[in-house]
Amino acid sequence: MPARLLRLPSRFVATLALAPAFAVMLVVYIGATGWTIWISLTNSRMLPGNVFVGLRQYESLFANERWQVSVHNLIIFGSLFVLASLALGFLLAVAIDQRVRGESLLRSLYLYPFSMSFVVTGLVWQWLLNPTLGIEKLVRGLGFEAFRFDWIVQQDMAVYTLVIAAVWHASGLAMAILLAGLRGIDEDIWKAARVDGLKTWRVYVSIIAPMLGASFATAAVLLSTAVVRLYDLVVAMTNGGPGLASEVPAKFVMDHLFERQNLGLATAAATTMLITVAAVAAPFLYWQSKRQRLLAR
Amino acid sequence: MRRVGVMGSVAIEPQGRKPRHMTPARIGIYAFLVITALFFAVPLYVMIVTSLKTMDEIRLGQILSLPLHPSLDAWRKAWSSACTGLNCNGMQVGFLNSVKILIVSVPASILVGSVTGYALSFWRVRGATLLFGAMLVVAFIPYQLFIYPLVRVFSVIGINNSLIGIVVVHTIFGLPTMTLLFRNYFAALPTELFKAARVDGAGFLRVYWSIMMPMAMPILVVAMILQVTGIWNDFILGLVFAGRENLPMTVQLNNIVNTTQGERAYNVDMAATMLTALVPLIVYFGSGRWFVRGIAAGAVKG
Repeated sequence: MPARLLRLPSRFVATLALAPAFAVMLVVYIGATGWTIWISLTNSRMLPGNVFVGLRQYESLFANERWQVSVHNLIIFGSLFVLASLALGFLLAVAIDQRVRGESLLRSLYLYPFSMSFVVTGLVWQWLLNPTLGIEKLVRGLGFEAFRFDWIVQQDMAVYTLVIAAVWHASGLAMAILLAGLRGIDEDIWKAARVDGLKTWRVYVSIIAPMLGASFATAAVLLSTAVVRLYDLVVAMTNGGPGLASEVPAKFVMDHLFERQNLGLATAAATTMLITVAAVAAPFLYWQSKRQRLLAR
Repeated sequence: MRRVGVMGSVAIEPQGRKPRHMTPARIGIYAFLVITALFFAVPLYVMIVTSLKTMDEIRLGQILSLPLHPSLDAWRKAWSSACTGLNCNGMQVGFLNSVKILIVSVPASILVGSVTGYALSFWRVRGATLLFGAMLVVAFIPYQLFIYPLVRVFSVIGINNSLIGIVVVHTIFGLPTMTLLFRNYFAALPTELFKAARVDGAGFLRVYWSIMMPMAMPILVVAMILQVTGIWNDFILGLVFAGRENLPMTVQLNNIVNTTQGERAYNVDMAATMLTALVPLIVYFGSGRWFVRGIAAGAVKG
Protein backbone atom coordinates (compact mmCIF):
# COMPACT_ATOMS: atom_id res chain seq x y z
CA MET A 1 0.00 0.00 0.00
CA PRO A 2 2.00 2.98 -1.27
CA ALA A 3 -0.41 5.57 0.15
CA ARG A 4 0.25 4.31 3.63
CA LEU A 5 3.97 4.43 3.16
CA LEU A 6 3.69 8.04 2.05
CA ARG A 7 1.57 9.11 4.97
CA LEU A 8 3.97 8.09 7.69
CA PRO A 9 6.85 10.43 6.89
CA SER A 10 4.44 13.32 6.30
CA ARG A 11 2.93 12.82 9.73
CA PHE A 12 6.41 12.93 11.10
CA VAL A 13 7.19 16.12 9.23
CA ALA A 14 4.00 17.66 10.57
CA THR A 15 5.05 16.83 14.12
CA LEU A 16 8.45 18.28 13.39
CA ALA A 17 6.87 21.44 12.03
CA LEU A 18 4.98 21.97 15.24
CA ALA A 19 8.09 21.42 17.35
CA PRO A 20 9.13 25.11 17.38
CA ALA A 21 5.67 26.15 18.54
CA PHE A 22 5.68 23.50 21.26
CA ALA A 23 9.17 24.57 22.31
CA VAL A 24 8.19 28.25 22.47
CA MET A 25 5.11 27.37 24.44
CA LEU A 26 7.00 25.23 26.96
CA VAL A 27 10.22 27.19 27.27
CA VAL A 28 9.09 30.78 26.84
CA TYR A 29 5.48 31.04 27.78
CA ILE A 30 5.33 28.43 30.51
CA GLY A 31 9.00 28.15 31.52
CA ALA A 32 9.77 31.85 31.68
CA THR A 33 6.53 32.64 33.46
CA GLY A 34 7.24 29.91 35.98
CA TRP A 35 10.77 31.18 36.52
CA THR A 36 9.52 34.72 37.07
CA ILE A 37 6.97 33.51 39.59
CA TRP A 38 9.64 31.45 41.37
CA ILE A 39 12.01 34.45 41.62
CA SER A 40 9.21 36.47 43.17
CA LEU A 41 9.10 33.95 46.03
CA THR A 42 12.82 34.17 46.79
CA ASN A 43 15.12 36.71 48.40
CA SER A 44 16.55 37.82 45.02
CA ARG A 45 17.86 41.33 44.71
CA MET A 46 20.49 42.14 42.10
CA LEU A 47 21.01 38.49 41.24
CA PRO A 48 18.52 35.69 41.58
CA GLY A 49 18.81 34.12 45.02
CA ASN A 50 17.49 30.71 45.84
CA VAL A 51 16.26 31.23 49.38
CA PHE A 52 12.53 30.78 49.56
CA VAL A 53 10.96 33.64 51.49
CA GLY A 54 7.28 33.01 50.85
CA LEU A 55 5.29 36.12 50.15
CA ARG A 56 7.70 38.59 51.67
CA GLN A 57 8.41 40.29 48.34
CA TYR A 58 4.69 40.79 47.91
CA GLU A 59 4.42 42.34 51.36
CA SER A 60 7.04 44.93 50.53
CA LEU A 61 5.49 45.41 47.08
CA PHE A 62 2.09 46.28 48.45
CA ALA A 63 3.69 48.57 51.03
CA ASN A 64 5.65 50.32 48.28
CA GLU A 65 4.30 53.81 47.64
CA ARG A 66 5.31 53.84 43.99
CA TRP A 67 3.51 50.54 43.38
CA GLN A 68 0.36 51.84 45.08
CA VAL A 69 0.42 54.94 42.89
CA SER A 70 1.01 52.77 39.81
CA VAL A 71 -1.95 50.51 40.54
CA HIS A 72 -4.17 53.47 41.34
CA ASN A 73 -3.17 55.13 38.06
CA LEU A 74 -3.78 52.00 36.08
CA ILE A 75 -7.30 51.68 37.48
CA ILE A 76 -8.10 55.32 36.62
CA PHE A 77 -6.46 55.10 33.24
CA GLY A 78 -7.90 51.70 32.38
CA SER A 79 -11.51 52.46 33.20
CA LEU A 80 -11.55 55.94 31.65
CA PHE A 81 -9.64 54.90 28.55
CA VAL A 82 -11.75 51.82 27.78
CA LEU A 83 -15.06 53.53 28.49
CA ALA A 84 -14.20 56.74 26.63
CA SER A 85 -12.82 54.88 23.61
CA LEU A 86 -15.88 52.63 23.41
CA ALA A 87 -18.27 55.57 23.81
CA LEU A 88 -16.49 57.77 21.28
CA GLY A 89 -16.00 54.82 18.93
CA PHE A 90 -19.69 53.96 19.09
CA LEU A 91 -20.78 57.56 18.47
CA LEU A 92 -18.41 57.82 15.53
CA ALA A 93 -19.58 54.53 14.07
CA VAL A 94 -23.24 55.52 14.37
CA ALA A 95 -22.59 58.98 12.87
CA ILE A 96 -20.66 57.48 9.97
CA ASP A 97 -23.41 54.95 9.42
CA GLN A 98 -25.91 57.74 8.57
CA ARG A 99 -24.87 57.66 4.91
CA VAL A 100 -22.74 60.77 5.23
CA ARG A 101 -20.55 62.23 2.55
CA GLY A 102 -16.80 61.60 2.68
CA GLU A 103 -17.22 58.42 4.64
CA SER A 104 -13.95 56.80 3.66
CA LEU A 105 -11.96 59.98 4.30
CA LEU A 106 -13.49 60.30 7.76
CA ARG A 107 -12.86 56.65 8.52
CA SER A 108 -9.19 56.90 7.66
CA LEU A 109 -8.88 60.08 9.71
CA TYR A 110 -10.32 58.43 12.80
CA LEU A 111 -8.16 55.36 12.51
CA TYR A 112 -4.74 56.64 11.40
CA PRO A 113 -3.45 57.33 14.93
CA PHE A 114 -3.80 53.63 15.67
CA SER A 115 -1.27 52.79 12.98
CA MET A 116 1.42 54.83 14.71
CA SER A 117 3.59 53.93 17.65
CA PHE A 118 2.69 54.89 21.22
CA VAL A 119 6.02 56.69 21.38
CA VAL A 120 4.94 58.96 18.53
CA THR A 121 1.55 59.49 20.16
CA GLY A 122 3.18 60.34 23.48
CA LEU A 123 5.60 62.84 21.98
CA VAL A 124 2.95 64.64 19.93
CA TRP A 125 0.69 65.07 22.92
CA GLN A 126 3.58 66.08 25.13
CA TRP A 127 4.18 68.89 22.65
CA LEU A 128 0.51 69.88 22.32
CA LEU A 129 0.09 69.96 26.11
CA ASN A 130 3.34 71.82 26.72
CA PRO A 131 2.19 74.63 29.05
CA THR A 132 4.65 77.25 27.83
CA LEU A 133 4.29 76.81 24.07
CA GLY A 134 1.34 74.50 23.46
CA ILE A 135 -2.43 74.75 23.61
CA GLU A 136 -2.39 76.78 26.83
CA LYS A 137 -0.23 79.49 25.31
CA LEU A 138 -2.29 79.47 22.12
CA VAL A 139 -5.59 80.07 23.92
CA ARG A 140 -4.02 82.73 26.15
CA GLY A 141 -2.79 84.45 23.02
CA LEU A 142 -6.39 84.65 21.83
CA GLY A 143 -7.17 86.86 24.82
CA PHE A 144 -8.16 84.34 27.49
CA GLU A 145 -5.36 85.27 29.86
CA ALA A 146 -6.61 83.12 32.74
CA PHE A 147 -6.87 79.94 30.66
CA ARG A 148 -5.09 76.98 32.25
CA PHE A 149 -4.39 73.65 30.63
CA ASP A 150 -1.19 72.51 32.28
CA TRP A 151 -2.39 69.06 33.34
CA ILE A 152 0.78 67.41 32.11
CA VAL A 153 2.81 69.14 34.84
CA GLN A 154 0.15 68.84 37.54
CA GLN A 155 0.56 65.98 40.03
CA ASP A 156 -3.12 65.17 40.26
CA MET A 157 -3.94 65.65 36.56
CA ALA A 158 -1.01 64.08 34.67
CA VAL A 159 -2.66 60.67 34.43
CA TYR A 160 -5.62 62.20 32.60
CA THR A 161 -3.34 63.51 29.88
CA LEU A 162 -2.35 59.89 29.28
CA VAL A 163 -6.03 59.08 28.87
CA ILE A 164 -6.52 61.87 26.32
CA ALA A 165 -3.55 60.70 24.24
CA ALA A 166 -4.55 57.05 24.43
CA VAL A 167 -8.16 57.77 23.47
CA TRP A 168 -6.89 59.74 20.49
CA HIS A 169 -4.69 56.77 19.61
CA ALA A 170 -7.22 53.97 19.92
CA SER A 171 -10.83 55.11 19.67
CA GLY A 172 -10.63 54.69 15.89
CA LEU A 173 -10.10 51.00 16.56
CA ALA A 174 -13.35 50.83 18.52
CA MET A 175 -15.03 52.77 15.70
CA ALA A 176 -13.81 50.33 13.03
CA ILE A 177 -14.91 47.24 14.96
CA LEU A 178 -18.30 48.68 15.90
CA LEU A 179 -18.92 50.00 12.39
CA ALA A 180 -18.29 46.53 11.00
CA GLY A 181 -20.80 45.25 13.56
CA LEU A 182 -23.36 47.88 12.57
CA ARG A 183 -23.01 47.02 8.90
CA GLY A 184 -23.63 43.38 9.70
CA ILE A 185 -27.02 44.03 11.25
CA ASP A 186 -30.02 42.81 9.34
CA GLU A 187 -31.93 45.45 7.35
CA ASP A 188 -35.18 43.94 8.54
CA ILE A 189 -34.51 45.13 12.07
CA TRP A 190 -34.65 48.69 10.76
CA LYS A 191 -37.78 48.06 8.75
CA ALA A 192 -39.50 46.52 11.74
CA ALA A 193 -38.45 49.39 13.99
CA ARG A 194 -39.73 51.92 11.48
CA VAL A 195 -43.04 50.15 11.19
CA ASP A 196 -43.29 50.39 14.95
CA GLY A 197 -42.61 54.13 14.68
CA LEU A 198 -39.48 54.12 16.85
CA LYS A 199 -37.16 57.12 16.75
CA THR A 200 -33.75 56.44 15.21
CA TRP A 201 -31.74 57.18 18.37
CA ARG A 202 -34.12 54.97 20.30
CA VAL A 203 -33.45 52.09 17.93
CA TYR A 204 -29.69 52.55 18.38
CA VAL A 205 -29.83 52.61 22.16
CA SER A 206 -32.43 49.91 22.81
CA ILE A 207 -32.06 47.52 19.89
CA ILE A 208 -28.80 47.99 17.99
CA ALA A 209 -26.37 48.52 20.89
CA PRO A 210 -27.42 45.30 22.65
CA MET A 211 -27.09 43.42 19.35
CA LEU A 212 -23.50 44.63 19.07
CA GLY A 213 -22.51 42.80 22.25
CA ALA A 214 -19.85 40.69 20.56
CA SER A 215 -18.32 43.70 18.79
CA PHE A 216 -18.24 45.66 22.04
CA ALA A 217 -16.60 42.72 23.79
CA THR A 218 -13.95 42.36 21.08
CA ALA A 219 -13.15 46.07 21.17
CA ALA A 220 -13.08 46.08 24.97
CA VAL A 221 -10.66 43.15 25.07
CA LEU A 222 -8.31 44.72 22.52
CA LEU A 223 -8.35 48.01 24.42
CA SER A 224 -7.81 46.23 27.74
CA THR A 225 -4.69 44.45 26.51
CA ALA A 226 -3.32 47.90 25.68
CA VAL A 227 -4.10 48.98 29.25
CA VAL A 228 -2.02 46.22 30.84
CA ARG A 229 0.82 46.82 28.38
CA LEU A 230 0.76 50.58 29.00
CA TYR A 231 4.44 51.49 29.05
CA ASP A 232 5.75 53.22 25.91
CA LEU A 233 3.16 55.98 26.08
CA VAL A 234 4.12 56.84 29.65
CA VAL A 235 7.85 56.70 28.97
CA ALA A 236 7.52 58.99 25.96
CA MET A 237 4.95 61.41 27.33
CA THR A 238 5.57 61.96 31.06
CA ASN A 239 8.21 59.40 32.04
CA GLY A 240 6.10 58.71 35.11
CA GLY A 241 6.21 62.29 36.30
CA PRO A 242 5.79 64.84 37.64
CA GLY A 243 7.25 62.98 40.62
CA LEU A 244 5.51 59.62 40.70
CA ALA A 245 2.21 61.06 39.47
CA SER A 246 1.87 59.02 36.27
CA GLU A 247 3.73 55.81 37.10
CA VAL A 248 2.18 52.54 35.93
CA PRO A 249 2.79 48.85 36.82
CA ALA A 250 4.57 47.83 33.60
CA LYS A 251 7.03 50.68 34.11
CA PHE A 252 7.47 49.70 37.75
CA VAL A 253 8.55 46.23 36.63
CA MET A 254 10.91 47.52 33.94
CA ASP A 255 12.57 50.09 36.18
CA HIS A 256 13.03 47.61 39.01
CA LEU A 257 14.47 45.01 36.65
CA PHE A 258 17.01 47.23 34.95
CA GLU A 259 17.62 50.49 36.79
CA ARG A 260 17.01 49.61 40.40
CA GLN A 261 18.13 46.01 40.07
CA ASN A 262 15.60 44.66 42.50
CA LEU A 263 14.61 41.37 40.94
CA GLY A 264 12.44 40.15 43.78
CA LEU A 265 10.25 43.23 43.78
CA ALA A 266 10.10 43.42 39.98
CA THR A 267 9.04 39.81 39.58
CA ALA A 268 6.50 40.11 42.38
CA ALA A 269 5.01 43.07 40.54
CA ALA A 270 5.01 41.16 37.23
CA THR A 271 3.31 38.19 38.87
CA THR A 272 0.68 40.47 40.36
CA MET A 273 0.05 41.83 36.85
CA LEU A 274 -0.37 38.27 35.58
CA ILE A 275 -2.87 37.38 38.30
CA THR A 276 -4.88 40.51 37.54
CA VAL A 277 -4.94 39.77 33.82
CA ALA A 278 -5.94 36.17 34.47
CA ALA A 279 -8.78 37.25 36.73
CA VAL A 280 -10.08 39.65 34.09
CA ALA A 281 -9.44 37.47 31.03
CA ALA A 282 -10.66 34.12 32.37
CA PRO A 283 -14.40 34.80 32.03
CA PHE A 284 -13.86 36.17 28.55
CA LEU A 285 -11.77 33.22 27.41
CA TYR A 286 -14.39 30.85 28.76
CA TRP A 287 -17.07 32.64 26.79
CA GLN A 288 -14.85 32.67 23.72
CA SER A 289 -14.13 28.94 23.87
CA LYS A 290 -17.82 28.18 24.26
CA ARG A 291 -18.56 30.31 21.23
CA GLN A 292 -15.78 28.68 19.21
CA ARG A 293 -17.18 25.26 20.05
CA LEU A 294 -20.62 26.39 18.94
CA LEU A 295 -19.20 27.79 15.70
CA ALA A 296 -17.28 24.61 15.05
CA ARG A 297 -20.48 22.59 14.91
CA MET B 1 -35.06 57.67 4.86
CA ARG B 2 -32.41 55.23 5.95
CA ARG B 3 -31.05 52.42 3.88
CA VAL B 4 -33.75 52.47 1.23
CA GLY B 5 -31.86 50.31 -1.19
CA VAL B 6 -28.90 52.44 -2.22
CA MET B 7 -28.33 50.55 -5.41
CA GLY B 8 -31.96 50.81 -6.46
CA SER B 9 -32.33 54.53 -6.02
CA VAL B 10 -29.05 55.25 -7.77
CA ALA B 11 -30.08 53.19 -10.75
CA ILE B 12 -33.51 54.73 -11.09
CA GLU B 13 -32.58 58.37 -10.71
CA PRO B 14 -30.46 59.24 -13.71
CA GLN B 15 -28.17 62.01 -12.50
CA GLY B 16 -27.30 64.17 -9.56
CA ARG B 17 -27.81 63.74 -5.89
CA LYS B 18 -31.14 63.32 -4.31
CA PRO B 19 -32.16 66.83 -3.19
CA ARG B 20 -32.04 65.93 0.45
CA HIS B 21 -33.41 68.30 3.03
CA MET B 22 -30.83 69.21 5.66
CA THR B 23 -32.68 68.49 8.87
CA PRO B 24 -31.31 69.83 12.19
CA ALA B 25 -30.43 66.23 13.09
CA ARG B 26 -28.26 65.86 10.01
CA ILE B 27 -26.58 69.18 10.65
CA GLY B 28 -25.84 67.92 14.15
CA ILE B 29 -24.34 64.72 12.78
CA TYR B 30 -22.09 66.59 10.39
CA ALA B 31 -21.05 69.02 13.13
CA PHE B 32 -20.10 66.09 15.35
CA LEU B 33 -18.17 64.42 12.56
CA VAL B 34 -16.26 67.58 11.70
CA ILE B 35 -15.35 68.39 15.32
CA THR B 36 -14.13 64.87 15.98
CA ALA B 37 -12.26 64.86 12.68
CA LEU B 38 -10.44 67.98 13.88
CA PHE B 39 -9.58 66.29 17.18
CA PHE B 40 -7.98 63.45 15.24
CA ALA B 41 -6.33 65.56 12.54
CA VAL B 42 -4.91 68.45 14.57
CA PRO B 43 -2.02 66.53 16.21
CA LEU B 44 -0.74 65.37 12.82
CA TYR B 45 -1.13 68.88 11.43
CA VAL B 46 0.71 70.40 14.40
CA MET B 47 3.46 67.82 14.06
CA ILE B 48 3.98 68.76 10.42
CA VAL B 49 3.83 72.55 10.77
CA THR B 50 6.08 72.53 13.84
CA SER B 51 8.67 70.51 11.97
CA LEU B 52 8.72 73.15 9.21
CA LYS B 53 9.13 76.18 11.50
CA THR B 54 12.23 77.88 12.88
CA MET B 55 12.76 77.92 16.64
CA ASP B 56 12.18 81.70 16.74
CA GLU B 57 8.77 81.17 15.26
CA ILE B 58 7.98 78.30 17.62
CA ARG B 59 8.74 80.52 20.64
CA LEU B 60 5.80 82.76 19.63
CA GLY B 61 3.53 79.99 20.90
CA GLN B 62 1.24 79.78 17.88
CA ILE B 63 1.19 76.02 17.46
CA LEU B 64 -1.66 76.08 14.96
CA SER B 65 -0.28 78.74 12.64
CA LEU B 66 1.25 77.85 9.32
CA PRO B 67 5.04 78.31 9.11
CA LEU B 68 6.03 81.81 7.91
CA HIS B 69 9.16 80.59 6.19
CA PRO B 70 8.74 76.85 5.73
CA SER B 71 12.07 75.08 5.73
CA LEU B 72 13.25 71.51 5.79
CA ASP B 73 16.25 72.30 8.00
CA ALA B 74 14.74 70.56 10.99
CA TRP B 75 14.07 67.45 8.91
CA ARG B 76 17.63 67.45 7.63
CA LYS B 77 18.95 67.85 11.14
CA ALA B 78 16.65 65.17 12.54
CA TRP B 79 17.68 62.73 9.85
CA SER B 80 21.43 63.21 9.84
CA SER B 81 22.73 65.12 12.87
CA ALA B 82 20.38 64.98 15.86
CA CYS B 83 22.15 63.70 18.97
CA THR B 84 21.50 60.71 21.19
CA GLY B 85 23.96 61.26 24.01
CA LEU B 86 27.33 61.71 22.32
CA ASN B 87 26.34 60.20 18.99
CA CYS B 88 25.18 62.84 16.55
CA ASN B 89 24.28 60.87 13.47
CA GLY B 90 20.56 61.51 13.51
CA MET B 91 17.58 59.26 13.02
CA GLN B 92 19.06 57.54 10.00
CA VAL B 93 20.84 55.20 12.42
CA GLY B 94 17.59 54.09 14.04
CA PHE B 95 15.86 53.96 10.68
CA LEU B 96 18.43 51.55 9.29
CA ASN B 97 18.28 49.45 12.46
CA SER B 98 14.51 49.25 12.25
CA VAL B 99 14.71 48.28 8.59
CA LYS B 100 17.22 45.54 9.41
CA ILE B 101 15.05 44.22 12.22
CA LEU B 102 11.98 44.36 9.99
CA ILE B 103 13.51 42.63 6.97
CA VAL B 104 14.34 39.53 8.98
CA SER B 105 11.62 39.51 11.62
CA VAL B 106 8.60 39.91 9.34
CA PRO B 107 9.35 36.90 7.08
CA ALA B 108 10.58 34.83 10.01
CA SER B 109 7.48 35.37 12.13
CA ILE B 110 5.12 34.87 9.18
CA LEU B 111 6.90 31.70 8.10
CA VAL B 112 6.79 30.11 11.55
CA GLY B 113 3.23 31.30 12.15
CA SER B 114 1.90 30.07 8.82
CA VAL B 115 3.54 26.64 9.08
CA THR B 116 2.22 26.25 12.61
CA GLY B 117 -1.25 27.43 11.61
CA TYR B 118 -1.25 25.08 8.63
CA ALA B 119 -0.11 22.08 10.69
CA LEU B 120 -2.76 22.84 13.30
CA SER B 121 -5.51 23.06 10.69
CA PHE B 122 -4.95 19.92 8.64
CA TRP B 123 -2.69 17.53 10.49
CA ARG B 124 -3.60 15.45 13.45
CA VAL B 125 -0.57 15.83 15.63
CA ARG B 126 -0.74 14.75 19.25
CA GLY B 127 -1.29 17.69 21.55
CA ALA B 128 -2.23 20.04 18.71
CA THR B 129 -5.57 20.99 20.25
CA LEU B 130 -3.87 21.73 23.54
CA LEU B 131 -1.26 23.82 21.76
CA PHE B 132 -3.94 25.81 19.98
CA GLY B 133 -5.86 26.42 23.19
CA ALA B 134 -2.67 27.51 24.95
CA MET B 135 -1.95 30.01 22.18
CA LEU B 136 -5.32 31.65 22.70
CA VAL B 137 -4.41 32.14 26.34
CA VAL B 138 -0.75 33.17 26.29
CA ALA B 139 -1.35 36.09 23.94
CA PHE B 140 -2.76 37.87 26.99
CA ILE B 141 0.29 37.51 29.25
CA PRO B 142 2.13 40.82 29.71
CA TYR B 143 5.72 40.93 28.38
CA GLN B 144 6.99 41.80 31.85
CA LEU B 145 6.65 38.14 32.85
CA PHE B 146 9.11 36.92 30.20
CA ILE B 147 11.69 39.64 29.99
CA TYR B 148 14.10 38.70 32.75
CA PRO B 149 14.28 34.95 32.01
CA LEU B 150 14.68 35.63 28.29
CA VAL B 151 17.50 38.10 28.88
CA ARG B 152 19.26 35.51 31.04
CA VAL B 153 18.82 32.67 28.57
CA PHE B 154 19.83 34.88 25.64
CA SER B 155 23.04 35.97 27.33
CA VAL B 156 23.91 32.35 28.13
CA ILE B 157 23.56 31.34 24.48
CA GLY B 158 25.17 34.60 23.40
CA ILE B 159 22.42 36.28 21.40
CA ASN B 160 21.47 38.96 23.90
CA ASN B 161 21.85 42.53 22.59
CA SER B 162 22.10 41.39 19.01
CA LEU B 163 20.13 41.46 15.79
CA ILE B 164 19.50 37.72 16.05
CA GLY B 165 18.21 38.20 19.58
CA ILE B 166 15.63 40.80 18.64
CA VAL B 167 14.53 38.79 15.58
CA VAL B 168 14.02 35.69 17.71
CA VAL B 169 12.04 37.73 20.23
CA HIS B 170 9.77 39.20 17.55
CA THR B 171 9.23 35.72 16.11
CA ILE B 172 8.37 34.30 19.53
CA PHE B 173 5.93 37.04 20.45
CA GLY B 174 4.43 37.14 16.97
CA LEU B 175 3.79 33.41 17.05
CA PRO B 176 0.36 33.34 18.78
CA THR B 177 -1.19 36.04 16.61
CA MET B 178 0.31 34.76 13.36
CA THR B 179 -0.67 31.17 14.14
CA LEU B 180 -4.25 32.10 14.97
CA LEU B 181 -4.48 34.26 11.88
CA PHE B 182 -3.41 31.44 9.54
CA ARG B 183 -5.18 28.68 11.41
CA ASN B 184 -8.49 30.50 11.25
CA TYR B 185 -7.99 31.15 7.57
CA PHE B 186 -7.03 27.56 6.72
CA ALA B 187 -9.77 26.12 8.90
CA ALA B 188 -12.31 27.91 6.68
CA LEU B 189 -10.95 26.28 3.50
CA PRO B 190 -12.69 23.13 2.29
CA THR B 191 -10.97 19.99 3.62
CA GLU B 192 -11.52 18.29 0.25
CA LEU B 193 -8.75 20.46 -1.12
CA PHE B 194 -6.32 19.01 1.37
CA LYS B 195 -7.57 15.46 0.92
CA ALA B 196 -7.31 15.66 -2.86
CA ALA B 197 -3.73 16.86 -2.63
CA ARG B 198 -2.92 14.05 -0.22
CA VAL B 199 -4.47 11.44 -2.50
CA ASP B 200 -2.29 12.77 -5.29
CA GLY B 201 0.66 12.01 -3.07
CA ALA B 202 1.68 15.47 -1.93
CA GLY B 203 3.52 15.53 1.39
CA PHE B 204 3.43 18.01 4.27
CA LEU B 205 5.66 20.64 2.76
CA ARG B 206 4.34 20.17 -0.76
CA VAL B 207 0.76 20.81 0.31
CA TYR B 208 1.89 23.82 2.34
CA TRP B 209 3.93 25.41 -0.39
CA SER B 210 2.05 24.55 -3.58
CA ILE B 211 -1.56 24.44 -2.41
CA MET B 212 -2.06 26.31 0.82
CA MET B 213 0.25 29.32 0.57
CA PRO B 214 -0.95 30.35 -2.92
CA MET B 215 -4.49 30.26 -1.53
CA ALA B 216 -3.46 32.22 1.51
CA MET B 217 -2.45 35.41 -0.31
CA PRO B 218 -5.13 37.61 1.30
CA ILE B 219 -4.21 36.54 4.81
CA LEU B 220 -0.54 36.87 3.92
CA VAL B 221 -1.10 40.53 3.10
CA VAL B 222 -2.96 41.00 6.36
CA ALA B 223 -0.16 39.28 8.28
CA MET B 224 2.43 41.49 6.62
CA ILE B 225 0.55 44.66 7.49
CA LEU B 226 0.15 43.54 11.09
CA GLN B 227 3.79 42.56 11.49
CA VAL B 228 5.33 45.50 9.64
CA THR B 229 3.42 48.07 11.69
CA GLY B 230 3.64 46.05 14.91
CA ILE B 231 7.39 45.47 14.73
CA TRP B 232 8.13 48.97 13.48
CA ASN B 233 6.14 50.45 16.36
CA ASP B 234 7.61 48.18 19.01
CA PHE B 235 9.48 49.97 21.75
CA ILE B 236 9.89 47.72 24.76
CA LEU B 237 11.33 44.64 23.02
CA GLY B 238 13.78 46.71 21.00
CA LEU B 239 14.83 48.55 24.13
CA VAL B 240 15.58 45.34 26.03
CA PHE B 241 16.81 42.86 23.43
CA ALA B 242 18.29 44.76 20.47
CA GLY B 243 21.38 46.11 22.21
CA ARG B 244 22.90 49.57 21.82
CA GLU B 245 24.15 48.91 18.32
CA ASN B 246 20.74 47.92 16.96
CA LEU B 247 18.28 50.19 18.78
CA PRO B 248 15.15 50.58 16.65
CA MET B 249 13.87 53.96 15.54
CA THR B 250 11.22 54.28 18.27
CA VAL B 251 13.81 53.88 21.02
CA GLN B 252 16.18 56.31 19.38
CA LEU B 253 13.38 58.80 18.90
CA ASN B 254 12.54 58.71 22.58
CA ASN B 255 16.22 59.14 23.48
CA ILE B 256 16.65 62.10 21.16
CA VAL B 257 13.55 63.90 22.37
CA ASN B 258 13.51 63.11 26.07
CA THR B 259 17.17 63.24 27.04
CA THR B 260 18.19 66.51 25.44
CA GLN B 261 20.35 68.84 27.49
CA GLY B 262 19.50 72.54 27.41
CA GLU B 263 16.77 74.05 25.27
CA ARG B 264 14.86 71.55 23.24
CA ALA B 265 14.65 71.99 19.50
CA TYR B 266 10.95 71.30 19.10
CA ASN B 267 11.08 71.54 15.32
CA VAL B 268 13.77 68.84 15.18
CA ASP B 269 11.83 66.76 17.72
CA MET B 270 8.69 66.90 15.61
CA ALA B 271 10.59 66.18 12.40
CA ALA B 272 12.13 63.12 14.07
CA THR B 273 8.69 62.05 15.29
CA MET B 274 7.27 62.42 11.78
CA LEU B 275 10.14 60.40 10.34
CA THR B 276 9.37 57.58 12.77
CA ALA B 277 5.66 57.72 12.02
CA LEU B 278 6.18 57.77 8.26
CA VAL B 279 6.54 54.04 7.61
CA PRO B 280 3.35 52.97 9.44
CA LEU B 281 1.47 55.92 7.96
CA ILE B 282 2.50 54.90 4.45
CA VAL B 283 1.48 51.31 5.16
CA TYR B 284 -1.81 52.54 6.61
CA PHE B 285 -2.82 54.95 3.87
CA GLY B 286 -1.42 52.68 1.18
CA SER B 287 -3.22 49.57 2.33
CA GLY B 288 -6.65 51.13 2.82
CA ARG B 289 -9.21 48.57 3.86
CA TRP B 290 -6.58 45.87 4.32
CA PHE B 291 -5.48 47.55 7.51
CA VAL B 292 -8.98 47.32 8.93
CA ARG B 293 -9.13 43.69 7.87
CA GLY B 294 -5.89 43.15 9.73
CA ILE B 295 -7.37 44.59 12.88
CA ALA B 296 -10.49 42.50 12.52
CA ALA B 297 -8.41 39.38 11.90
CA GLY B 298 -6.08 40.19 14.78
CA ALA B 299 -9.15 40.68 16.91
CA VAL B 300 -9.90 36.99 16.53
CA LYS B 301 -7.24 36.30 19.10
CA GLY B 302 -9.02 38.34 21.72
